[in-house]
Amino acid sequence: MHPVIRTVLQRLGLGLLTLFAVSVIIFSTLEMLPGGFAEAILGQGATPETVAAFNKSLGLDRPPLTRYVEWITGAVQGDFGKSFAGAGGWRSENVRTVSGIIGPRLYNTFFLAGLTAIIAVPIALGLGLLTALYRNTWFDRVANATTLTTIASPEFFVAYILVFFLAVKLRWFPPLSTVSATTPFAEHFYKALLPALTLTLVIVAHMMRMTRASIISLLASPYIEMARLKGLSRSQVILRHALPNAWAPIATVIAFNLAYLVVGVVVVEVVFTYPGIGQLMVDSVGSRDMPVAQACALIFAATYILLNLLADIIAIITNPRLLHPK
Amino acid sequence: MNSAVKPSDKSRIKGATLVEIKGLKIEGYSDDKWHPIIKGLDLTLKRGEVVGLIGESGAGKSTLGLAAMGYTKPGCRISAGSVNFDGIDLVNAPQDKLRELWGSRISYVAQSASASFNPAHKLMEQVTESALNHGVMNRDAAEADAKDLFKRLQLPNPDTIGDRYPHQVSGGQLQRAMTAMAMSCRPDLIIFDEPTTALDVTTQVEVLAAMRRIVEEFNTAAIYITHDLAVVAQMAHRIMVLRYGNLVEEAETRAMLKAPTQDYTKTLWAVRKLEKKEEKSDDIALSVQGVDASYSGVVKVLDNVTVRIPRGKTVSVVGESGSGKSTLARAITGLLPPSKGRISFNGKDLPARLQDRDRDTLRRIQMIYQSADTALNPRQTVRDIIGRPLEFYLGLKGAEKDRRIVKLLESIELNEDFIDRYPGEMSGGQKQRISIARALAAEPEVIICDEVTSALDQIVQEEILRLLMRLQKETKVTYLFITHDIATVRAISDEIVVMYKGKVVQQGLKSEVLNPPYPAYTELLLSSVPQMDPDWLTNLLRQRGGKAA
Repeated sequence: MHPVIRTVLQRLGLGLLTLFAVSVIIFSTLEMLPGGFAEAILGQGATPETVAAFNKSLGLDRPPLTRYVEWITGAVQGDFGKSFAGAGGWRSENVRTVSGIIGPRLYNTFFLAGLTAIIAVPIALGLGLLTALYRNTWFDRVANATTLTTIASPEFFVAYILVFFLAVKLRWFPPLSTVSATTPFAEHFYKALLPALTLTLVIVAHMMRMTRASIISLLASPYIEMARLKGLSRSQVILRHALPNAWAPIATVIAFNLAYLVVGVVVVEVVFTYPGIGQLMVDSVGSRDMPVAQACALIFAATYILLNLLADIIAIITNPRLLHPK
Repeated sequence: MNSAVKPSDKSRIKGATLVEIKGLKIEGYSDDKWHPIIKGLDLTLKRGEVVGLIGESGAGKSTLGLAAMGYTKPGCRISAGSVNFDGIDLVNAPQDKLRELWGSRISYVAQSASASFNPAHKLMEQVTESALNHGVMNRDAAEADAKDLFKRLQLPNPDTIGDRYPHQVSGGQLQRAMTAMAMSCRPDLIIFDEPTTALDVTTQVEVLAAMRRIVEEFNTAAIYITHDLAVVAQMAHRIMVLRYGNLVEEAETRAMLKAPTQDYTKTLWAVRKLEKKEEKSDDIALSVQGVDASYSGVVKVLDNVTVRIPRGKTVSVVGESGSGKSTLARAITGLLPPSKGRISFNGKDLPARLQDRDRDTLRRIQMIYQSADTALNPRQTVRDIIGRPLEFYLGLKGAEKDRRIVKLLESIELNEDFIDRYPGEMSGGQKQRISIARALAAEPEVIICDEVTSALDQIVQEEILRLLMRLQKETKVTYLFITHDIATVRAISDEIVVMYKGKVVQQGLKSEVLNPPYPAYTELLLSSVPQMDPDWLTNLLRQRGGKAA
């Protein structure tokens, strides 16, 4: 077997192992939260008997290990169980599956993350390359200062500034991004643009600066000097000789930021009332709807692991020492 | 191509002036000031001529060589003088003009081929890049030409070696591939910047021969930069000796070798007169018996190695890179436990692993490394560096420790002002002295010296070797001296161990090993050491047969 395939398989195995460990942590942490769904729904006045009966109807009276095994075996098959919301009561036929609740929210989140990535990654790479090429010029300083300002400002602040100018003053975009499962694609796209722009401003600086720094750190290499002394132009030197050796750190920071787009954008979702998975998780933790919270956490963990795995693979296949062994 | 860049017709004639440097001054920026590096140098180079620039580090030889291309390293500037290449003023030429010249009419061969090839691209892509970029040839023609150059440079598998990545070929092959890269546009001038310094002597011979032959074949002018007189004697028609950015002496190679006029040049020649008288001893301090060791568990880096090290004597281990000589040091110190065999010290077996040895055993075996820059913590003062082993092994504290540090400084010929200095405030030789004092502080019985003089200039090397020999006389310490430099071996050894591919080829007294009859590998190694004779390479190649230049 080619060593690269072997390494990738190894990493994949390790990723699964990590995911398993994370699932244990998620389950036990949520288990340790004070109060439960019953207390939350029945209020403080509920008698211990009512609470116990309510928990029994949810299956919460069984030992945690049993419930964990049940949960994880279901999750492996794509079944995250049923939401607590509306459960245990007299309208139990209305109980929704966790997948049913999360599905559309997850789609919205991936939609927004994908849209942001399509805008932000090329901008960040392009700016990173240009600032490396024209380092210590006015262009470099302005680009750095601007992106640093946007990353240093709180997300909601950036969001409100954009809303004020682009939605209220110029009326290019709607200020709110309320979408539903029936929203047509084009309208969804249009409504998601403003939050996507906000997130772009938030993540571009990180990726751009890493691109710039990794390229510049390579510019002192003897092979870069050699390329210059072969008569190559500055852009040829950077694109042909520096960039191919800089992919590993750049891919890592891109993966990190893409993961952030999936798991960390609850503030932006709230500002634009965009129904993403971040809000869903916050709500479910608040109402102690454990199956939903657990599923969200597991999806977040899987996203992180998968994207980092992807960055690792990029690092491996762009390293000729690994790709072409002696 | 711009008309000004084309070679003018009359300069095509052999013997016409190609490069003319006049009153050149170059400055480098550091500590908020401009410091002179080149202090007004002239250089004239004719077509087809090879001039050698020689000097110690800091002499300005690389800076001058690069200036002949119109290039200065970042942080340097040409402050006065002119560089004229075939009628073109390179000092005032715009970047675009220089870029047209670089790679096509002037090319560069750097010291470390492994660092100067881009790890991300195949050799062929990099070798043909100049020709394609300058529009000299199309891709097919450039590749065919590169294969032809590979063949002329006697690279193995010239038709397919271009498909390899830099890490897939050896250092010597890479160096020849870089020469092919420099030749791809048939330049008028090549700057060779210490091209064989990083190579083993056995490899160096082939690379030197290949470079000399191809430069002659294409009648290319060259500036050959090196610190090794014997090497430059093989390559250059004329030699310029530089020191501190000034010219010391300039003459035809043969004339200069025969009769150097300046004192400084004579000191360069005189180096290595140092020779310790060998002494035989059967009082064995350290013995390595049948040791195998490997890093991966698969490939043996040491293969049944047996070495005896007599007390109070110096045993040198020689061999090229990959021979296992540094691994032997790691096995003895316990950093790499052997997979087989025994290491005994004063008649008792040493625990294989460093962790299993007691503090007193650790104290008795100390080590000095090649690069004092990386072996000394840049954020510790000399007091901390030398004080640590005094505290750790001998339990000294406070004023007594300080007294001891000053005494150690005296023994390495540095005064007590050095006690509060940081490594960054000392020269390379001084730093290596501090490393020696640190090893001495533990009052060891054996010191393992791993290439301790390799990174130093010849004259400084000599001083360090003398110091080590004096210390041995005074403290009766035993040295295991690891080096690839035969001249160093000749200077300091009592006994010599020759290693090749993880095996011991030979161990014996210096007089036995360095004189015939030789085992085959020892002979190859010894005959590959360049001699101060301009005909050495030619004669050697003739002797080895078939490959004579």
